[in-house]
Amino acid sequence: MSLLALAYWQETGIKLGLALAVIPTTSLVLVYLFLFKMMAFMQSRLGPNDTGPYGSLQLIAEAIKFLQKEDIHPAQADRRVFRMAPVVVLASTFLLYVVLPAGPDAVVENLDTGVFYAMAVSSLSVLGILMAGWASANKYALLGGLRAAGQLIAYELPLILAVMGVVVQAESLNLQRIVEAQATGEIFGFGAIGNPFILTQFLAFLIFMIAAQAELTQTPFDMPVAETELVGGFHIEYTGFRFLLFFMAEFGTAFAFAALASVMFLGGWWIPGFDVDDNILNILGPGVMLGKILLISFFIFWVRFTYPRLREDQLQKFAWKVLIPLALANIVLTGIFKVVF
Amino acid sequence: MSELLRSYLTVGIFGVAAIAMAGAMLTIARILRPQRPTRQKLIAYESGVDPVGGDWAQSQIRYYVFAVLFVLFDVEAVFIFPWATRLEVYGLFGLVEMAIFIFILVLGLFYAWRKGVLRWV
Repeated sequence: MSLLALAYWQETGIKLGLALAVIPTTSLVLVYLFLFKMMAFMQSRLGPNDTGPYGSLQLIAEAIKFLQKEDIHPAQADRRVFRMAPVVVLASTFLLYVVLPAGPDAVVENLDTGVFYAMAVSSLSVLGILMAGWASANKYALLGGLRAAGQLIAYELPLILAVMGVVVQAESLNLQRIVEAQATGEIFGFGAIGNPFILTQFLAFLIFMIAAQAELTQTPFDMPVAETELVGGFHIEYTGFRFLLFFMAEFGTAFAFAALASVMFLGGWWIPGFDVDDNILNILGPGVMLGKILLISFFIFWVRFTYPRLREDQLQKFAWKVLIPLALANIVLTGIFKVVF
Repeated sequence: MSELLRSYLTVGIFGVAAIAMAGAMLTIARILRPQRPTRQKLIAYESGVDPVGGDWAQSQIRYYVFAVLFVLFDVEAVFIFPWATRLEVYGLFGLVEMAIFIFILVLGLFYAWRKGVLRWV
């Protein structure tokens, strides 16, 4: 499959090195571009602009700041679980990147279970968050951890059920096959741009994006970390690099979810006019993916900076009474269209 | 090693790499950061006021019923995934079968709804 004939260990070593460089970078890009710059513009503030040109070195300054912070374990905390929690959350983010494709061969491991694996791995972070909330022995942290658990399990269902519509259309769980299905598909005989599933699965796309917003605990759904209610929620007792791990994982996961959405709904790395297995796509693909990911992240953060927080009961009601029935209806409708046409 | 096992070996390697990266970061921080714990610092943070009560607070677990419902629907999703990939082969038969399956589960959801389980009290 790969361009050069490399042994498994060599290939995996290279991919691992790339991933170790890429994953922290993704979260830095999102933080700088959206959290620092876009948020400042949208809320009529300057944002960081002293450190380097346009404040671009601010992130390095932040990292050095975190490096100097004392590591505090609260006296009551369950020390072992307290230390493990951020690592679990970060591992969940790392594992997500294994299946994200950026070109016909530019993928760490093209797992056949693709989407299913991504959903399973992303829900691991609930475990880490509950561990952090419980082990901190802090009332805010406990409330935040429980809220996060309730929210993440409620919104995981619409997320998975929305994906099902795409799976029915593409007839595969494999993310590469989903990209191919969009590239070779056509809408009523018109196939110049393929069939990006955002056009034929628009309802699924909406449900997916709303559920992803909740999974990432971004603002209309940020009750688990609400500063004004819980002063940070489950990571209230974390300082220094342990806090940084949570922070990196949050934005790394946001990037990964945006990538999943662009693979499943926007056609992934494929460019109209190219063959699906054209080798040039291995080089152009990552650029196309980055563009689409930034577009989707822009919407995620736009919503984050614009909407006020929901109430906890509204959150649960919305998931169970609106999103899940809608997602189930979407599956049945997609099935009917698939069988009839 | 078979192709399938090998691809999951990569997953395992990535998991270990994540833990190793976190470990490396924390080790660097451990060498560089100051370490002067005092009793005051180690008290749980409650907005500057001394914490009331003991260690773990009690909180009402409203999430219990939601968790049960979640398990129900998650298992449902596991059953729908293989069906979704093979729908073209099963055709109308598969469609009707799945419609019945989903209908029964939606019935369950409406039952819970009418019983007031989905209300946040």
